[in-house]
Amino acid sequence: MEISTTKQFDLHRRMVRIRLFEEAAGRLAEANRLPGFLHLYVGEEAVASGVCGALNDDDHITSTHRGHGHLVAKGGDFNRMMAELMGKATGYCKGKGGSMHISDTSLGMLGANGIVGAGSPIAVGAAFANRYRGRGQVAVAFFGDGSTNIGAFHEAANMACALHLPIVFACENNEYGEFTPRHKTMAITDIVDRAAGYGMPGVIVDGMDVIAVHEAAVEAVERARQGGGPSLIEAKTYRYYNHHGIQNLGLKYRPDEEVAAWKQRDPIFTFEDRMIENGVATREKVDEIWAELRQDIETAIQFADDSPYPTPDQIMVDVYTKSSTSDTTVGTKS
Amino acid sequence: MSDERKLSYGQAFNEAVSQMMEADPDVFCAGEDIGAFGGVFGTFLGLQAKFGEHRVVDTPISEQAIVGLGVGASVTGLRPIVDLMFMDFICVALDQIVNQAAKLKYMFGGEASLPMTITTAGGGGLSAAAQHSQSLEALLCHIPGLKVVMPSNPYDMKGLMISCIKDNNPTVMIKHKRLLGMSAVVPTEAYEIPLGKGNILRPGTDVTIVAYARMANEALIAAAELAKEGIECEIIDPRTLQPLDTDLIVDSAKKTNRVVVVHEAVRFGGLGGEIASQIQELAFDYLDAPVTRIGAPFSPVPFSPALEQHYIPDAKTILAGVREIMQRNVIRG
Repeated sequence: MEISTTKQFDLHRRMVRIRLFEEAAGRLAEANRLPGFLHLYVGEEAVASGVCGALNDDDHITSTHRGHGHLVAKGGDFNRMMAELMGKATGYCKGKGGSMHISDTSLGMLGANGIVGAGSPIAVGAAFANRYRGRGQVAVAFFGDGSTNIGAFHEAANMACALHLPIVFACENNEYGEFTPRHKTMAITDIVDRAAGYGMPGVIVDGMDVIAVHEAAVEAVERARQGGGPSLIEAKTYRYYNHHGIQNLGLKYRPDEEVAAWKQRDPIFTFEDRMIENGVATREKVDEIWAELRQDIETAIQFADDSPYPTPDQIMVDVYTKSSTSDTTVGTKS
Repeated sequence: MSDERKLSYGQAFNEAVSQMMEADPDVFCAGEDIGAFGGVFGTFLGLQAKFGEHRVVDTPISEQAIVGLGVGASVTGLRPIVDLMFMDFICVALDQIVNQAAKLKYMFGGEASLPMTITTAGGGGLSAAAQHSQSLEALLCHIPGLKVVMPSNPYDMKGLMISCIKDNNPTVMIKHKRLLGMSAVVPTEAYEIPLGKGNILRPGTDVTIVAYARMANEALIAAAELAKEGIECEIIDPRTLQPLDTDLIVDSAKKTNRVVVVHEAVRFGGLGGEIASQIQELAFDYLDAPVTRIGAPFSPVPFSPALEQHYIPDAKTILAGVREIMQRNVIRG
């Protein structure tokens, strides 16, 4: 598959945006400037970028507790993201969702999700709606290796296949479910083995290689769009930081050599080397991109810092949607 | 002619769904056995033949994915009706109901709406034992973001079901299994009964009975008997439990000064406790007696008819409860 220069820069930009956002969020968290939990996507950038780079703006994705990368890859706005992480009124969720529920329905990003596995059934619903309307949209469910052990994944995968829906199941296999290695929680090595059990094609890709992910995604998305039904992509990847936060209680649950070995295959730096080697990019051009996007991050932090917190009168707002002008049942309960 | 037309409770549900599907192409139904089979209670009969497999969808036995289908389809713009055959099965799907459907709008800062209806069948009286007979409405009413509806008759069923479908929030329509065959005059045209508005089923002066779903009908039987003894019961059917028509209940309490709350669910932690609490907060000075709660004992629903008939409250239980509260008197200073 020929990947155009424009598309290569597009995929690269998505990855760098994720890396910069997540590194900044990690620094802010370490400085105790972010309330709540933080699950960083650093190391897995090629997966969200490669897949979302194969989607149209009106396609839908569901995400996980590690969801910032998916929103960034779908075109998320740094300012509103950073403000949400700080719990500010100008955030994507007006300070009511935070990191674990960050979302932009206008970009088709149907939310990070604090419940492992819960996004997949929702993606099935989005895929159903997309086929129902017949506008050729597809849905992608992002999920981790660990979530394939929960019932919701099984129900979603089976239903998607039974109803032959336009959906792609995109598994980020980072080898750990929270702090427990994969081999202790399942008796298979490859998540893709599960695909055949539902009657859908599955493929393993190197999740540290954005081009490999992208090529697999283009094929799966096209299959879904053309009425060919669901498919599963297993991207073998790795998170550099802990399950949540950066140091995360200082727990030692994976060997330093393992982390170092994966970092050797960094999805962004290896891709940049390839682009330069192939004459697609120059070091100067790459540096320019980083510098430009670093500026965006600084702007976003400033925006979030300058933004107000939501006021207490907002607690009861948006619990319900008003159903008519005479609807008096909204916002009046105690 | 149409004024006299009668429908069963189950048919009234079916007609509401059918009319809304005709009116709005974004409305579809999904659930187990609802297609050609028409649902295990027959409440979806004929809908697939009328609207096609595209809009009346047979699903796998996968309650989480059924509700998830509704969540994902509603948040992306459709108006799903998703059926969970028996109310007991909401427990299989609680994550999607409680953590997803009820909360997405709020967690997304308001940038979403989920106009979905979850339909299910609750209540006992069929010797269906402890996993097919429960009344779990209190569980759902405790969750901000959900609306919970339990009609007591065919007329209310049609109007409330239409309101559920038109509502822009996740609503749970709980059909009572023992009322499915109940017949009454139901207008042919589509009409709405607003969610959150209760109904005075029978006006009275001496005691208020708050009862919903099948218990509202048992209360009517008890009230007819009590009238012979000179006790005039006012029966309030809230119809919607979340949001609850507290004003209607409290106004009646202020008038009659005595209240009996009846439900089929177990007494402990039931809606009766919430209703009694609202009354004491808002009408304490008007009460001549403590609010009486009638509900099932704190055990799973038993199987044998010999046990179940004593487990579920009925007109006789209500009669006893009302007679007792009429004996109570507070000397007001």
